[in-house]
Amino acid sequence: MNMVPTKPEPALQAQTLPAIELQGLEKWYGAFQALKNVDLTVQSGEKIVICGPSGSGKSTLIRCINQLEEIQGGTIRVDGKALTNDPKSVRAVRREIGMVFQQFNLFPHMTILENCILGPIKVAGVPRAEAEEIAHEYLKRVRIPEQANKYPAQLSGGQQQRVAIARALCMRPKVMLFDEPTSALDPEMVNEVLDTMIDLASDGMTMICVTHEMGFARKVADRVIFMDHGEIIEENDPEQFFEAPRHERTRSFLGQIA
Amino acid sequence: MIREFGTGEVIYIVLAIRWTIALSLIAFLGGALGGLTVALARVSDNTSARLAATGFIRLFQGTPLLMQLFIVYFGLNIVGLPTSAWLAAAVALTLHASAFLGEIWRGCIQAVPRGQTEAADALAYGYVTRLKDVILPQAARIAAAPTTGFLVQLIKSTSLASIIGFTELTRAGQVISNATFKPFVVISLVAVLYFILCWPLSLAAKRLESRFDRAVAR
Ligand SMILES: Nc1ncnc2c1ncn2[C@@H]1O[C@H](COP(=O)(O)OP(=O)(O)O)[C@@H](O)[C@H]1O
Ligand SMILES: [Mg+2]
Repeated sequence: MNMVPTKPEPALQAQTLPAIELQGLEKWYGAFQALKNVDLTVQSGEKIVICGPSGSGKSTLIRCINQLEEIQGGTIRVDGKALTNDPKSVRAVRREIGMVFQQFNLFPHMTILENCILGPIKVAGVPRAEAEEIAHEYLKRVRIPEQANKYPAQLSGGQQQRVAIARALCMRPKVMLFDEPTSALDPEMVNEVLDTMIDLASDGMTMICVTHEMGFARKVADRVIFMDHGEIIEENDPEQFFEAPRHERTRSFLGQIA
Repeated sequence: MIREFGTGEVIYIVLAIRWTIALSLIAFLGGALGGLTVALARVSDNTSARLAATGFIRLFQGTPLLMQLFIVYFGLNIVGLPTSAWLAAAVALTLHASAFLGEIWRGCIQAVPRGQTEAADALAYGYVTRLKDVILPQAARIAAAPTTGFLVQLIKSTSLASIIGFTELTRAGQVISNATFKPFVVISLVAVLYFILCWPLSLAAKRLESRFDRAVAR
């Protein structure tokens, strides 16, 4: 048995391709440009927090990564491979990337367990028994072990969002995208979801989180990105970002949400 | 010679209801298949499928069912099939039901929140899984009441098949009425039979609707 800790060699680490690489991303909704020349590189294991005013293009940016939105210019690479519109490769990319929505988007006509096992069974071809095992493992991880046979409507908002996280994790993604996962929650439920995300971060998951929870950003983020009018205005480590924002727009935004 | 309106005549009319039921069932089942196809084409990403389905719906919603019956009836001959009132009625009503159910179900599919499709896409589900497991079960709940309502319309519409000479309930009534010269009694009996057929379905539609309203309110 090999007892040597498996920390990757620095040389090896430098060679690994970024998990996500965006170059010159352009997104138009008709005549309206929602993303302007966006560049962003996310290394494997990195945690990125994206913030910015409403309508600045945060959702659009992360929805381009798993191809919920079509892009009009630039390139997106996931694990070094450039994305194309071929349906097969679109699905292959989506298997690698989990997404958590503001409105949870659980399937209301299925139990919690069914929500979690459908993907592994239908997409990954995992046998049902094994899929259930995976589901129970992740439901335990998000601290909802006892609710597997309930329907989403029987759970609180915070519980539903944690199920949504578990459902995404059941596909064993390499990257997780979060689009304001706590914005639709009652205040007393925000922390249970953030704690789940912090757990996930400490497990080494690559995460891109759109959120205005600054406590979470300070605790978890390797980098914080500020967007406005479809552009990345500022990008910095949390310490610098909050204590010494370089741009006037960042300062006034931080002043508003503080 | 005038026939008496007796038990034999009543039985003749009552038995004719089986043709009304058979025609309704065929049109409804055929229309369900056609309607699902039309509805899926209407919401598909494929432009030509969408256009074709839209054209089909416009055509059948924009012309009287009676004209559709005549056109299919005389059209059978042109495509080399024997002219049969039974076949013509079944085909025309199936097409008619396909168009109407297609439009009803398109609305129901689109009433399923957009986030459901996005979640299915984000989880890498394929087209079949997304529809069969996620969207259609939810659309079906929304569709139950309007679909039952349409079935009631369809049963009543089968009476038009009498005009191309298909002997279902209405036509049987006409035959007896002409022979007995008791149109009021005969037609009243026919109306009562339609009512007995349709009323429970109308009630069911009402119940489904209020059940759905409660589910949505929850
Ligand atoms: N489907 C769409 N059609 C047209 N405009 C859109 C669409 N989605 C988003 N937008 C516009 O794009 C801009 C960015 O939206 P979004 O990415 O949702 O912003 P954020 O998530 O930062 O609030 C907004 O101005 C929004 O109105
Ligand atoms: Mg948003």
